[in-house]
Amino acid sequence: MRWRYKLPLRLRSLFHRGKAEVELSEELQFHLQNQIDEYVEQGMNPKDARHAAFQSLGGVEQLKEECRDTRRVNFIDNLLQDVRFGLRMLRRNPGFTLLVILCLTLGIGANAAVFSWVEGILIRPYPLVSHQERLVTLTGTVRDQRDQTSWPDLLDVQRSCTLCETLFLSNITGATLSIGERAQVIRGGIVSANYFDAVGVHPILGRGFEAGEDTGRNAHPVVVISYHLWQTQFEGDPKIIGKTQRFDNVVHTIIGVAPEGFDGTFVGRDMEYWVPASMVDAFYGGGNRLEDRGARWCEAYVRLKPGVTRDQAQQEIFAIAARLAAEYPATNRGRGIKVWPLWETPFNHAGHVLPVFEIMVAVVMFVLVIVCANVGNLLLVRSFARRREMTVRVAMGAGRGRLLRQLATEGLLLSACGAAGGMLVAYWCRHALVLLYSLSGENMYMPGQIDGPVLGMSAAICLVVMLAVGLVPAFQTRHLTLADTLKTEASSVMGARGRAWFRSSLVVLQVTLSFLLLVGATLLMQSLSKIRTTSPGFSSTRVYDTSVTLSTAGYDAARAKTFQDELIERIRALPGVEAAAYARAVPLSYGGFSSSPIAVDGYELPRNGQSPDELYNEVSPDYFATMGIPLVAGREFTRADDENAPRVAIVNQTMVARYWRGQNPIGQRLQVKGDWTRVVGIVKDSKYYSIEETPRAFFYVPLRQYFDIEPDIHIRTTQPLQTIQAGVIREVRAIDPNLALYEMITLQELANRTTSEQLVAVALVALFGGLALLLASIGLYGVMSYTVSQSTRELGLRMALGASSSNVLRLVLSRGLLLTTTGLMIGIALALLLTRLLGKLLYQVSPRDPLAFAAAFAVMILASIAACFLPAWRATRTDPMRALRAE
Amino acid sequence: MSKPTDLVQGTLDLLILRTLTLQPMHGWGIAQRIRQVSKEVLQVNQGALYPALHRLEQQGWIEAKWGESENNRRAKFYSLTPDGAKYLRQEQAHWKRLSSAIGLVLDMSWKGICPRGNVS
Repeated sequence: MRWRYKLPLRLRSLFHRGKAEVELSEELQFHLQNQIDEYVEQGMNPKDARHAAFQSLGGVEQLKEECRDTRRVNFIDNLLQDVRFGLRMLRRNPGFTLLVILCLTLGIGANAAVFSWVEGILIRPYPLVSHQERLVTLTGTVRDQRDQTSWPDLLDVQRSCTLCETLFLSNITGATLSIGERAQVIRGGIVSANYFDAVGVHPILGRGFEAGEDTGRNAHPVVVISYHLWQTQFEGDPKIIGKTQRFDNVVHTIIGVAPEGFDGTFVGRDMEYWVPASMVDAFYGGGNRLEDRGARWCEAYVRLKPGVTRDQAQQEIFAIAARLAAEYPATNRGRGIKVWPLWETPFNHAGHVLPVFEIMVAVVMFVLVIVCANVGNLLLVRSFARRREMTVRVAMGAGRGRLLRQLATEGLLLSACGAAGGMLVAYWCRHALVLLYSLSGENMYMPGQIDGPVLGMSAAICLVVMLAVGLVPAFQTRHLTLADTLKTEASSVMGARGRAWFRSSLVVLQVTLSFLLLVGATLLMQSLSKIRTTSPGFSSTRVYDTSVTLSTAGYDAARAKTFQDELIERIRALPGVEAAAYARAVPLSYGGFSSSPIAVDGYELPRNGQSPDELYNEVSPDYFATMGIPLVAGREFTRADDENAPRVAIVNQTMVARYWRGQNPIGQRLQVKGDWTRVVGIVKDSKYYSIEETPRAFFYVPLRQYFDIEPDIHIRTTQPLQTIQAGVIREVRAIDPNLALYEMITLQELANRTTSEQLVAVALVALFGGLALLLASIGLYGVMSYTVSQSTRELGLRMALGASSSNVLRLVLSRGLLLTTTGLMIGIALALLLTRLLGKLLYQVSPRDPLAFAAAFAVMILASIAACFLPAWRATRTDPMRALRAE
Repeated sequence: MSKPTDLVQGTLDLLILRTLTLQPMHGWGIAQRIRQVSKEVLQVNQGALYPALHRLEQQGWIEAKWGESENNRRAKFYSLTPDGAKYLRQEQAHWKRLSSAIGLVLDMSWKGICPRGNVS
C-alpha cells in the first residue's frame, strides 16, 4: 500500500518541481524562524540569533540538495539533461546527424517493411479472419503428389475429426457478372455454408449462409458479395439485400454484403463474391460434385482446437483418409489428405513467396549489420573529435558511468530518430511488394501492416542498434586518462593504433557483407536471365490465350462442340491470325494438366506393379502449329480425329525415350484412362509446369475424344492485343451475346507470372545490394578521410622530403584497397559457403559461378577506389609548409 | 559524511517515528520534543533532521500536510501513516533485541570467554 503515498510524491517531484522547491524553502524557513525566536528569547540580539540559527542548520543549500536527493528524481533529471545535451550536440553537427539518421532509417525501415510483409502474408494472411494461428489447410494427395479432395471426403473428415474445431471449404472460381451492357469476369469463392461463421466475419448487410445451404445440387442460388463489389457495381445500394443478380447464367439472390476489407481466404487474389458449395455444378458445369467422391475440386481449411499441434491433426486426418481409402477403393485407393501450415498453402501464392521471404529476411539483416557498422564507424570518428570534451569531463570529475550514460543517450536519440524514420519508410513501402509483383505481371493483393508486432520488433532493433553503435564510442572512454588531458592529438599516434584497427575491421565487415549481397544479386540476375531467355519449347510472345465462359453459360457438350467449331473458324478468318486452336490446359500457368495411369505394349511395369502416371493435354487440330511446337515425326491431330474415329495420341520425345526406349512408337498402342489409343505423332519436348523443370514425359490427345466444355483458345497472330481482343469479342457476341471472354494475355506474360518470385527476389537483392554497396563506400570514405586528416603531418613530411603527389595518391589508395581486399577475401570464403542457400531460386547457375564472383569483386574494387579517391586527392593537396607549421 | 552517521541516521528515523506516534508535528517540534523527552541528552543534528524527514516521507512511512503552527506560522506537519506505525513496531522490537544483546556482551565477564589455556 505504500505506493499510495509514494507515487503522488514521485509524480509531484517530477512535474511540480517548482512547487516542491518552494515548499522546501518554506519549511526550512519556518525552522530557522523558530530557532531565531528561541535564541532571541535566550537573550541574543536578532542579528546574532539569525547567524547562529543558520549555523545550527549547517549550509542551507547543502541541506536542500540532500533533501532533493531523497526525492530520487536525479536519475530522470540526469536523463533529461542528457537528452537536452545530446540534442544540442546532434544539432551542432547537422551533416553527421543527418547521415547517421539516414543510414539508420534505411536499415530499420528495410527491416520493418520486410517484417511487416512476412508477418502479413505468412502469419496472418487474411484480413479480418479470426484465430489464424490455429488455421491449417487441407489438400488431397495421390501417391504423395498433391491433389484436390472431393466434397464427400471432406464431409467425412469433418464428421470424424475430433481435433478440428471447424472445417470449411473455399474454392477459388470466376464468374461473368453482367450488369446492363457491361460484362466482366470476377473472382469469387465457392464455400461451405459455415464459411462466414468459421472465419469469424459477419456480413454488414443481410446474412451469411445458413446450415444446409451447401446441400442439394444447385438448390440455393444465393450469394454474399464483397464490400468492394457492392460499392463499385451496385453503388453501395442500401437496399441490395434480396435483389437478384446473374452470376454466369444463374440468377442468384444477394443475401449479404461482407464487411469492408474482407477479401476472402486466398493469398494473392481478392474475392468479390461467395456462393455456397451447393452451386458448384452451376459454376463448373456438368457432373455431380456434391455426391461424387471421385470429383476432386475442393481445397479446405481447418481450424484446430486450441493446443492441438499440426502433427496430431495430420495423424488423425491421415487415419481418416486411410479408412476412406479402404471403404471406397474405387475412388480413394492410394489417396490421402494432407495438412499444411498456412504459409505453405499449396493452392495459393503463400507457398510461392516463401523462398523470396527467406532471402529477404537474410538480406535485410545483412543491411542492418552494415548500417550498424557504418554508424558505429561514424560515431567513432566523431568520438575522436570529442576526445577533448570527454577528457575535460573526466578531469572535472564525471564518473565513467555518467559518461557512458551520456553516450548511450546520444546513441538512443539517434536510433530513435532512425526508428521513427524507419517506420515511415515501412509505412510507405507496405504496398511495395504488391508493386514489385505487379511489375512482374502478377496481380497480387498483399500489403504489409504496421501493427503491434512490427512496432515491437522495430523498437527491439532500435535498442540493439543503440547498444551496438552507441556504446562503441563509450568503449573508447576506457582509453581516456587524465594524462592525455589537453595534449594534442598528434602525440597519440601510438595510442590510436588500437582504435584504427577497430575502425578498419568495421570497414572490412561492411565490405564482406556487401560483397555477399552483390554475389547473391548477380547470381539471381544470371538465373533470372537464364529463365527468361530459356525457350519454353513453344513460341510464347505472339500467341494469345483466352477462354469463353461456356460452361457457366449453361452449354452442354453438344452445344459447346458446335460453338467451338464455329468460333475457331471465325477467329481463323480474322485478319492477321495465322493459326488458332483449343487446349484444355495452358503450359506455365496456374491451371493443371490432366494425368492418367498409362500402359504401353512391351513396357514392363516397375516392381511395385503400379502403372505409371503421366501428364497429358487435350488439344484441338492445329495446336502444334499454333504453339510452334515442332512435329518430329508423324502427323498432327485433324478434324477427322473426332469422337467417332479410333482414339489417337501424340507423344513427346522424352516419352518415346522412356517407354519405347527410343524406338519409333508411331502405330504403337498407348493406354490412357483404360482406353487404348494409337500413337500418330512425335513432338519436341517443351516446358509444362515451369521453366526450371527437368524434361518430363508428356502426351497429347484430341480434345474431341476427351472433351472439355471450356478449353482455352490459343491464337497465333501478328496483331496487337487490343485489335485481336476486340475481334474475338465481336465474334463471340455474334454467336451468343450472353457470353463473356476471360482475360486475354500472351503466353509469355502467363509464363512470366510463374517466374515472378525470381524477379522479385532479384529486384530486392539487387536493391539492397546496391544500398549495401553505397553504405560500405561511405564507411570506407569516412575511414580514409579521417586517416588522411590525421596523418597530415606525415604526408607533409613525405612531400617535403620529395614524395610526388602520385606517390601520395598511391599510398592512400593502396591503404584503402588493403581494407577492401581483406574484406573481399573473407567475403569470397563466406560466399562459397553461403550462396547455395539460394538453392531453388537458381536455375542453371552454379552457386559458385566464377563470373558472378568476378563481377561482384570488380564492382567492390571500383566502388572502393571511388570512395578512396577523394581523400587520396585531398592528401596530394597537402601543403607541406602548412602541415608542418600547424603542429 | 562519515561512517557513524549511518548508525545515527537509523536511530534518528526511529526517534522521529516514535515522536510522531503522539501527534502530527512539524520538524522544529520534533527536534524540540526529542530533546525534552531524552532529558537534553539527545541533541538532534538539525542538518540531518530534514533529509531524514524527507526520506521517511518518500518511503511512505510518514505523510505531510501544511497547517498553522502554535505561533500562527505556516508549517509542514508530519504524521505517521499506518505503514509507518507498523514499521515502527518492527523496528522497536528489533532495537530492543539489539540493545539488550549489546548489553549482554558489554556486561559479560572476560573470564567467561577466554579459557585460561588459550591465553598466553
